[in-house]
Amino acid sequence: MVGGYGRGPDILHGVTIEVDRGEIAVIVGPNGAGKSTAMKAVFGMLNVHSGSVMFDGEDIRTLTPQARVAKGMGFVPQTHNIFTSMSVEDNLEMGAFLRKDDFADTMEQVYDLFPILKEKRNQHAGELSGGQRQQVAVGRALMTQPKLLMLDEPTAGVSPIVMDELFDRIIEVARTGISILMVEQNARQALEIADKGYVLVQGANAHTGTGKELLADPQVRKSFLGG
Amino acid sequence: MDILNTLVLLANFVFVPAIAYGSQLALGALGVTLIYGILRFSNFAHGDTMAFGTMVTVLVTWLLQSWGVSLGPLPTALLALPFGIAVTAALVLWTDRVVYKFYRKQKAKPVILVIVSMGVMFVMNGLVRFIIGPDDQRFADGERFIIGARDFKKMTGLDEGLAIKTSQGLTVVTAVLVVAALFWFLNHTRTGKSMRAYSDNEDLALLSGINPERVVAVTWILVAALATVAGVLYGLDKSFKPFTYFQLLLPIFASAIVGGLGSPLGAIAGGFVIAFSEVTITYAWKKAAGYILPESLAPDGLLQLLAVDYKFAVSFVILVVVLLFKPTGLFKGKSV
Repeated sequence: MVGGYGRGPDILHGVTIEVDRGEIAVIVGPNGAGKSTAMKAVFGMLNVHSGSVMFDGEDIRTLTPQARVAKGMGFVPQTHNIFTSMSVEDNLEMGAFLRKDDFADTMEQVYDLFPILKEKRNQHAGELSGGQRQQVAVGRALMTQPKLLMLDEPTAGVSPIVMDELFDRIIEVARTGISILMVEQNARQALEIADKGYVLVQGANAHTGTGKELLADPQVRKSFLGG
Repeated sequence: MDILNTLVLLANFVFVPAIAYGSQLALGALGVTLIYGILRFSNFAHGDTMAFGTMVTVLVTWLLQSWGVSLGPLPTALLALPFGIAVTAALVLWTDRVVYKFYRKQKAKPVILVIVSMGVMFVMNGLVRFIIGPDDQRFADGERFIIGARDFKKMTGLDEGLAIKTSQGLTVVTAVLVVAALFWFLNHTRTGKSMRAYSDNEDLALLSGINPERVVAVTWILVAALATVAGVLYGLDKSFKPFTYFQLLLPIFASAIVGGLGSPLGAIAGGFVIAFSEVTITYAWKKAAGYILPESLAPDGLLQLLAVDYKFAVSFVILVVVLLFKPTGLFKGKSV
């Protein structure tokens, strides 16, 4: 993919990202490397000038983000990812807005995955802690039963304990057959759970491999993982 | 006895009028606050939307009256109200399509939309004057009082009478019903929830597949209904004069801002705060004081803080104070 925002200059200069069913792919890299931008390109929030975005064997480059949600992509933005003035349950219901069928089962699954949300279902989402908010955000995106779930720095601003718990949950989501594409600042922990890892530098792929390979790669360790 | 007389006197001249006026302001402010929450601008055309809706209702009322249709003790305007709402909804939806949509597409700043709404205000203003004229119109019929002052005196044997006009009772009952229906809609229906979601976080609402154009259309229909109901109730209570409705814009905005822009609950609270302030500050307390104070302390003056002519100053002062000290309003709306 090569692309940028609006008519501005290209930010991505040839990035390739691939996720297979039920896999976790993690994009890491230094600040300003275009990690979030690469994910937004996959979701259609910026112009991809050349290259293609394939989903389930179909080129979706011209689709709007909303149409991609309908196709089975779920996106959790980094910030402002919940409806703060609405209850947890209403947040989940709004996540399922596109669905015309009964989504009670899916809501039950989300509650099974995040039991704390069931407990706080009637509370305003804005009153929850940082980690719980992220669970609401992920739960909202899961309500459309996506095939691919994209997470933009899901652990930004949460404590290390909550971070570990969130990663555990993300692994559980992946086990149900949902592919995960994730951008992470906490590169080491993220790569530990990743089936595929992509290190981006200045809008291009620098290193690619399984999470374990990247963790073992001396060059990656030296530049991005602090030795 | 004096205490009872004082209470009845105050009920007659302060509480009852203020509750009715507060309900009318609350309905008006709800419309303003909905537009602010969903379309994100202050709609200066709201007063004239009220005038337009009332005008249509008045015309239909006259038509019904000429046919000899009546609701008995209730005003015929109630029958005409649905027509008023429908025509007003059509007008605001059309306005949205030919005017506001253009600026929405360009992602115009709120301040530009405010100026645009002033343009719409002038057009609606002219339209109403062109059709029905600038004069006072009376369209209330049916029983004038639920309870008259003389009957009240006879019933209770007090010196002071309490009169409750049909329009006042009707205002409160209608306002309660409309507000209950609105809150039920916003909190318990899918469409209502999608409106709240859109107001809360526009980008995330789009990501969730909520159709913004549909949310906007439903909002305009609700606003047309609220504005027409508020305008008709005000007209029944006082009288219908286009210029008065234009002037109502100030207390209505004050109500919405005092309560917190974007907060429906705040709009209602704000309406009553403004109404009670306006009525108590412009009321002449001489007679009430005469009942309670000993004769030697009876005041010479009227004990009126502000002449009724200056009543708009009250809203204005409250507005300025709120904006200076608590710009988000009582119920934590968005700051202006």
